[in-house]
This record gives sequence, structure tokens and C-alpha cells, in this order.
Amino acid sequence: MGILRLRGASRRAASRWGVPRVVALGLVVGVAAGVTVLEAAQPPTTAAQDGFVPMGDVPPEEQMPAAPLVAAAYAVVWAIAVGYLWTIWQRMGTVEADLADVTRRIEDRDEA
Amino acid sequence: MTAMNRRLFPVLAGLAAFFFVTAPIVIIRAPYESTMGLVQKIFYFHFPAWMAMFLAVFVLGIASVQYLFRGKPAADRLAVAAAELAVVFGLMGLITGPLWGIKAWGVWWQWDARLTMAVILELILVAYLLLRQYGGAGSERLAAGVGIFAMANVPFLYVSTEIWRTVHPRTSVVPTLPVDFGLPLWWSFAGFIVLCMALLAARARLEEQRAALDRLYLALEED
Repeated sequence: MGILRLRGASRRAASRWGVPRVVALGLVVGVAAGVTVLEAAQPPTTAAQDGFVPMGDVPPEEQMPAAPLVAAAYAVVWAIAVGYLWTIWQRMGTVEADLADVTRRIEDRDEA
Repeated sequence: MTAMNRRLFPVLAGLAAFFFVTAPIVIIRAPYESTMGLVQKIFYFHFPAWMAMFLAVFVLGIASVQYLFRGKPAADRLAVAAAELAVVFGLMGLITGPLWGIKAWGVWWQWDARLTMAVILELILVAYLLLRQYGGAGSERLAAGVGIFAMANVPFLYVSTEIWRTVHPRTSVVPTLPVDFGLPLWWSFAGFIVLCMALLAARARLEEQRAALDRLYLALEED
């Protein structure tokens, strides 16, 4: 009698919680199956996505060309040197013009 | 000094032009470095640019000491000229360095001890020029102190690669260079040093002329 009473109780409990459990289990299985199917449908991942792998030698076509960098470095040095010399020349011209102007004004004043 | 600068500049400028025109030929004939290849040839302009900057900073520092302790106005004018030159050569070094770094290290810039100290020295020199430009009356003495401080930084900057672990090649590379690498380096070095002296003569002459103009303005106002 006792055993029958216990079975009855478990059946009631199963009827109360069983449907949601089954639905949940079905959802989990469905999602897992779906993910597996989707994963299978995706292209394989490359090493750069999963992690970076060091490489000893870079193929020549992948290497950054050095010649433009060397040319740029030399051009920059020349440009800065010539540009700076030009600014000195410009400033010198302005100062010498001012010098001539002030000298003339002093001479005019002295004559007057 | 003005007359000397006037005679000195054409000689130095001609000599600098000779070194700069012939330097690429000497550099092209130099062998490639085993690990860096072609990009290592930037070194032949990069290193001398910094050496010319150091020379200008030493002139700035010594002239500043002379101005502070002996009150020589000519020394102050030389200091201004040298500070401006130091900024110019520092700029060359700061631009050619990253052009090398992007190929040799894979990055344009690395905040390691050598590179950071180089930027700080450049900023100190820019601060000197800003102080001279906008500091007003009496800023010459304060600027002279900044100039001495800049000179004090140079030895630390030079030995920084020996003291701290940096990505930058060590300074000890230079004296151990084989002749094939040494010839283009010292050729360019001579060119940069002569160029530095030529520009210093020209820039110092500009300061002399400005001082003469100031004296004339004062004479005009006084009478």
C-alpha cells in the first residue's frame, strides 16, 4: 500500500513537471543539433581567427618594401635642410631691409 | 663674429653640399645588413642627424653657461641659433627613425627609454625656443638654464641603450662597424657636421643682424 501510494505521488509529480521538462529537453537537443548543423555548414576557421601563430620567414610578396621608406627618409632630410636654409634666407632679407630702412631714417634725421 | 660668419658660411655650405651630393653614391655602394636589408641604409642619415643635434645642443649648453656666468650677449645669440638648429636636426632624427622602425620593428614608434628620451630632449628644446619667443624681458637667463638642462640630457640619451633594455640598436654598434658600413656612415657624419656648422654660422649671423637692428631702433628712439 505504501509503495502504491508513493508511485501515485510520483506520477502526479511527473504529470505536474514532466511536460515542461520534456519541452526544455527538446529545445536543448534542438538547439544543439541546430548549432551542429550550422557549424558544419560554415567554412573552416583559419589560424588567424583561432589564435596567432608565429612564423619564421615572411614570403617576399608579404614583406613591406624598404625602398620607399629609405627614399622618404632621405627626402625628408633634404627637405628639412633646404627648407630651414630658405627660412633663414627669408628672415635675413627682412632684417636687412629693416636695417636699411632704419639707417636711412637715422641719416635723414641727422641731415635735418 | 659677423664678418667671420659671412666668410665662413659659403665655405661650409659648399663643403656640406659636396658631402650631401656624394653621400648617396657612397651609401648605395655599401653592403646590405644581414637582418635589416635595405632599410638599414636610413641609418646613414639617421645617426648623423642625431650627432649634429647633439653638437648643436652642446653649443647651446656651453653658450648658455657663458651667458649666465659671464653675461656675454654674443653667447646668448649663439645659444638661440644653436637651439633652433638642434630642433631642426632632432626633427630629422625623429622622422627618419620611425621610417626605419616600421620596417625593422613592425611599428612606427615604441615608447622605450631611448625613443622617449629623444622626444623629451626635443620638447625641452622647443620649450627653450617658446621661452625665447614669448617669455618677454629677462627670459634669456631662464632660457639659458633650460639650455644647460638640455645639454645635461645628452649623455644620458646617448648611453640609454646601454643602460636600459630597448628595441633600439645599441650605441656600441657604431665603433664596431666594419669598414664597408663605417665609410658611408662617417662620410654622412662629416656632411651633417659641416651642414650643422654652416647653418649655425648663417643663423648666428641672423641673430647678429637682429641685435644690430635693435641697437639702431634704440638709437632712433633715444635722440
